[in-house]
Amino acid sequence: MDGLIFERARPGRGSPGLAPVDPPPSGLPADRLRDATPRLPEVSELQVVRHYTRLSQQNFSIDTHFYPLGSCTMKYNPKVCNALAMLPGFADRHPHAPESHGQGFLECMHELQEMLKGATGMQTFSLTPMAGAQGEFAGVAMIMAYHQSRGDAERREIIVPDAAHGTNPATANMCGCTVREIPTGADGDVDLDALRNAVGPQTAGIMLTNPSTLGVFERQIPEVAAIVHEAGGLLYYDGANLNAVLGRALPAAMGFDVMHINLHKTFSTPHGGGGPGSGAVGANARLAPFLPVPMVGRGEDGYRWLTEADCPQSIGRLSAFMGNAGILLRAYVYMRLLGPEGMRRVADYATLNANYLMARLAAAGFRLAYPERRASHEFIVSLKDLTKATGVTAMDIAKGLLDRGFHAPTTYFPLLVPECLLIEPTETEAREDLDAFADALIALRDEARRDPDSVKAAPLTMPVRRLDDVRAAKQLDLAWRPAD
Amino acid sequence: MTEVPENLKYTSDHEWLRLEDDGTVTLGITEHAQQALGELVYVELPEADRELEPGEACAVVESVKAASDVYSPLAGVVAAANDALADTPELVNDSPYADGWLLQLRPADPQTLEELMDADAYTRFLAESED
Repeated sequence: MDGLIFERARPGRGSPGLAPVDPPPSGLPADRLRDATPRLPEVSELQVVRHYTRLSQQNFSIDTHFYPLGSCTMKYNPKVCNALAMLPGFADRHPHAPESHGQGFLECMHELQEMLKGATGMQTFSLTPMAGAQGEFAGVAMIMAYHQSRGDAERREIIVPDAAHGTNPATANMCGCTVREIPTGADGDVDLDALRNAVGPQTAGIMLTNPSTLGVFERQIPEVAAIVHEAGGLLYYDGANLNAVLGRALPAAMGFDVMHINLHKTFSTPHGGGGPGSGAVGANARLAPFLPVPMVGRGEDGYRWLTEADCPQSIGRLSAFMGNAGILLRAYVYMRLLGPEGMRRVADYATLNANYLMARLAAAGFRLAYPERRASHEFIVSLKDLTKATGVTAMDIAKGLLDRGFHAPTTYFPLLVPECLLIEPTETEAREDLDAFADALIALRDEARRDPDSVKAAPLTMPVRRLDDVRAAKQLDLAWRPAD
Repeated sequence: MTEVPENLKYTSDHEWLRLEDDGTVTLGITEHAQQALGELVYVELPEADRELEPGEACAVVESVKAASDVYSPLAGVVAAANDALADTPELVNDSPYADGWLLQLRPADPQTLEELMDADAYTRFLAESED
């Protein structure tokens, strides 16, 4: 490690070449001006350049490495999406500009709403949620608003399968619901008997991810929908894994009433590390009146914002303006580039790549969590046999992969499968790269059998070795202070 | 082999329970559970006097890998919680059957304890779920 930039600082050093020669007076009253110099690192321009260039070289990213992080869809995002979203007409647009000055932007948003409707079968889309979790929140809040609008306010229970993302029960909780967990059958599908026992007059709805986090498509989705609907509940589709079925299966046709899409995952935004994101939410006719505002409508005078006045039953606003506009523009460009046929190819190749990799690893003796099932866009390997025989865990293998030039798959999720790796290659990897990853995983497994201690010592080549993750979770104080 | 003491009762969610002389029941998680979770960083415990339904989540154990609910298989009222875990959650890892206990409850019906697995049954259950 090269230390923090503060540790390179020396009093009086600076980068005067970039500073304004004669800064204009701020105009702030004297009692609002700071009287002490802010504690910023005093470093030269070259030190700054080297520091941040070095940091960027330490990045392990999709632009440099294969990144099969299951359930995250870390695929390549075409640079053109970024370039077009950054055009000055978009980037410099003021959110308070009148509608007449932003018709191009509004048209893009309107077309994006329309394209998402086509890709999901939903009747109406709102683009305003600023993250997947906010999209989930909107969806469940809409379900609750629907029940309340019918005087059916006793429905306060949300059913969540045990394979769900942790955000699902958290969302239900945030919306004032109680959570009822139902188990998954041995084949990875929802346990229908448990679902039948769980539904009743208290059921507000169910939250499902399909394909599920177990990497399999829920084959009984028509039965699930019938059971929940007959009990008076509604179905929420978590779009986390939409990449697997994009353009091939419509959530609305599966029986879902409301859904969100992680536009940043499926539709071309570099993500991970906390944002920005977009959790666009779509609904069928029953729930459309409750969608969050603003949306974009089209009238005789062009495009215009739809607000509370147009949508009196809306659950309201989740962000000040149109969500993360830059992410929405990237999604718009990506969808225009692909077209409906391209979207189907995304799903086809995401699924083909996952099944190819799964078959290679199964042939090499890896234990699959669901060997009888075809993979969706991701699949699960359990290393518990290896752990039992050698003491080498899924985490050790994950660290070993870093040394071999591959980002680790998701580890220890879903929680149902012990010592698991959740592997999602995505559609953008070439066959040679899939083969290289399989070869690395096989070699690492063989090394663990031969010399477990060497794998437990990994990573050896990374800027940091093993982090003390227990201490990191317990001691949250990250502030840097100069040594006295 | 993971330790499964003879004098305790067990659940399929890897909790253990012990009937004390004063009629209360002490509850914790098993050696197997703490091993699967890894080192704990946080334990959330219920307030005293909280009423629990059978199967209700009554505590949360959190490691760097996962946060898991702990369920009470019995109806009852919370009598005490192990406050030492607030600062030293790793007691659950070091001593799951003694210092790392989670809570004590006054069961509505102590007889229901008999319906749970004994040590032999739990050992078999662990062996079956290994495969």
